[in-house]
Amino acid sequence: MNYFPDEVIEHVFDFVASHKDRNSISLVCKSWHKIERFSRKNVFIGNCYAINPERLIGRFPCLKSLTLKGKPHFADFNLVPHEWGGFVLPWIEALARSRVGLEELRLKRMVVTDESLELLSRSFANFKSLVLVSCEGFTTDGLASIAANCRQLRELDLQENEIDDHRGQWLNCFPDSCTTLISLNFACLKGETNVAALERLVARSPNLKSLKLNRAVPLDALARLMTCAPQLVDLGVGSYENEPDPESFVKLMTAIEKCISLRSLSGFLEVAPLCLPAFYPICQNLISLNLSYAAEIQGNHLIKLIQLCKRLQRLWILDSIGDKGLAVVAATCKELQELRVFPSDVHGEEDNNAAVTEVGLVAISAGCPKLHSILYFCKQMTNAALIAVAKNCPNFIRFRLCILEPHKPDHITSQSLDEGFGAIVQACKGLRRLSVSGLLTDQVFLYIGMYAEQLEMLSIAFAGDTDKGMLYVLNGCKKMRKLEIRDSPFGNAALLADVGRYETMRSLWMSSCEVTLGGCKRLAQNSPRLNVEIINENENNRMEQNEEDEREKVDKLYLYRTMVGTRKDAPPYVRIL
Amino acid sequence: MEVINGLNLKDTELRLGLPGAQEEQQQEVSCVRSNNKRKNNDSKEESALPPAKTQIVGWPPVRSNRKNNNNKNVSYVKVSMDGAPYLRKIDLKMYKNYPELLKALENMFKFTVGEYSEREGYKGSGFVPTYEDKDGDWMLVGDVPWDMFSSSCQKLRIMKGSEVPPAL
Repeated sequence: MNYFPDEVIEHVFDFVASHKDRNSISLVCKSWHKIERFSRKNVFIGNCYAINPERLIGRFPCLKSLTLKGKPHFADFNLVPHEWGGFVLPWIEALARSRVGLEELRLKRMVVTDESLELLSRSFANFKSLVLVSCEGFTTDGLASIAANCRQLRELDLQENEIDDHRGQWLNCFPDSCTTLISLNFACLKGETNVAALERLVARSPNLKSLKLNRAVPLDALARLMTCAPQLVDLGVGSYENEPDPESFVKLMTAIEKCISLRSLSGFLEVAPLCLPAFYPICQNLISLNLSYAAEIQGNHLIKLIQLCKRLQRLWILDSIGDKGLAVVAATCKELQELRVFPSDVHGEEDNNAAVTEVGLVAISAGCPKLHSILYFCKQMTNAALIAVAKNCPNFIRFRLCILEPHKPDHITSQSLDEGFGAIVQACKGLRRLSVSGLLTDQVFLYIGMYAEQLEMLSIAFAGDTDKGMLYVLNGCKKMRKLEIRDSPFGNAALLADVGRYETMRSLWMSSCEVTLGGCKRLAQNSPRLNVEIINENENNRMEQNEEDEREKVDKLYLYRTMVGTRKDAPPYVRIL
Repeated sequence: MEVINGLNLKDTELRLGLPGAQEEQQQEVSCVRSNNKRKNNDSKEESALPPAKTQIVGWPPVRSNRKNNNNKNVSYVKVSMDGAPYLRKIDLKMYKNYPELLKALENMFKFTVGEYSEREGYKGSGFVPTYEDKDGDWMLVGDVPWDMFSSSCQKLRIMKGSEVPPAL
């Protein structure tokens, strides 16, 4: 390869898309490093505090697309306090200052302000795509800047963000000349939507393939929108509340029938089940169906719909579907690859016989040979079921099981679920992500360490007996990148056994475990390339430094590798050792 | 692995097929079995119960927007107070009226709310309870009937006097 001119090598590199591969390429020799650097268009940064904007831009000056992730995963469940960090503004400022030709920005769990959005909208003439997932800190005013100033905007995708809805006219801010939209998702907005402005926008966006509405877009507007955009591939239905009169229903059906390209359906935030039949004509084309927010639809209506979806590859649903419904899925959806079953009765208030159990899980595993990803919330599980699932589906890449009651054993044998999960990791040689739950001893971690060779992310809650559990995992799972643990009896011995290990991982989270302040201090002492953050539960308990007791247990520990040392933007209750 | 821990797999065999008498029998059998187990392992079950009934922070691992969306019997909303590092959560369905709610908030955040009057809102303490309604608007707590409030309240925020805009 050294005999080829740089342009040829660069051209070859263009075919290499994966970040891992490109990182490997850059390590081959100085010349390749240089060529790769200048030709890199997409950069993925899994932890925004692992590097800083200046170094990013220094190395990849020609980048066009940046993905940044901020808060740790457990922030989704309110375990990370407000204002912990993950601010995007410094990144946008630096990119703007250096005149990087940014076209795409994808953020997850970051704090985004209206100021950042305004700056973003004004600084990059070719900006095309903004994807915000689980972010917070901004309002619809920020969206208005994006709408108004990004002349080339193709994608605005807002997934599960906390947005202050000022009920302004942000949709009106898209200029009449904006006709380039391909994807628009504002399902997470809570306020009223200017439906007229939306209809005009959709009417002038011939390339629009993905449209996800919020609660406030009613049924008749939906019919008009679908009539305007029969080319839609991906639709998120908003509010569906009122029982429509026959005429509106017919209009809706007619509109839906024309959407022959529709492959993905979601939303149904407030649903009158009698409207669902309007979608029957296109069910046979659907490959993705997300009804996990449709709390009002009962099992039998769901079943009628799903029976028609023979090509489904991805299904997100509530446990109101029941084991019966899952049996229907197993019989119908032979192409199913990903299933997520969410709990509808989160606090176990109702004695819900209709919810799903291990029976449904086994049925799915037996009926859907292509299944590789599952997230399953249930109230009970057995080892026998898990063993059967492992046998039926050795192809799992992601296996996340959440038994709602912590420490719950096999409900038939009353034993721990070690053997069941052990069977999963032993059979599924390609497993990359695992969440365990129920009654578990150190034994399950022995199995995980022994068999889960490809495991990259592990979530542990209320499990294990001694430090050995955590040690089995750290010693065995060589590809581990993210380890998150809560309410488990792992302490300093496990934490400190192999400090160097943490530099091979993205991050470690431990909350309500047995690690102490002293242990964390020892960990931080000789690790300049790790940030060890202690998040203090109660601000009144914070003692003066010389009073503190090293034997005191740490509430929340978050440590991650970094090339840029301690961050300067941490709030007072986060202590970085 | 045909036999696990002395258990013959056939005893716990799970059969697929249309829901029908056979399946129901199976379910009955396993119910009886687990009831027996429950009697024998009484203490184990009991010790497992309390955590499930008291609300554990961040458990089950479900995002808040899902939790509120689904559950009709509880209605958890986030409560923030200007200056406090942590947000809190309360279940609105636990309170029957404004005085109960305000008392709970006062206890939670160690403050007192002022005197409420329809004309002038809250006077006297510098703390003003506000809430975000279904439309995304920030409103003063206390203006509308309790039922209307509790079904439309999405979030609570206790503002500190200096921050309160005159419109409120």
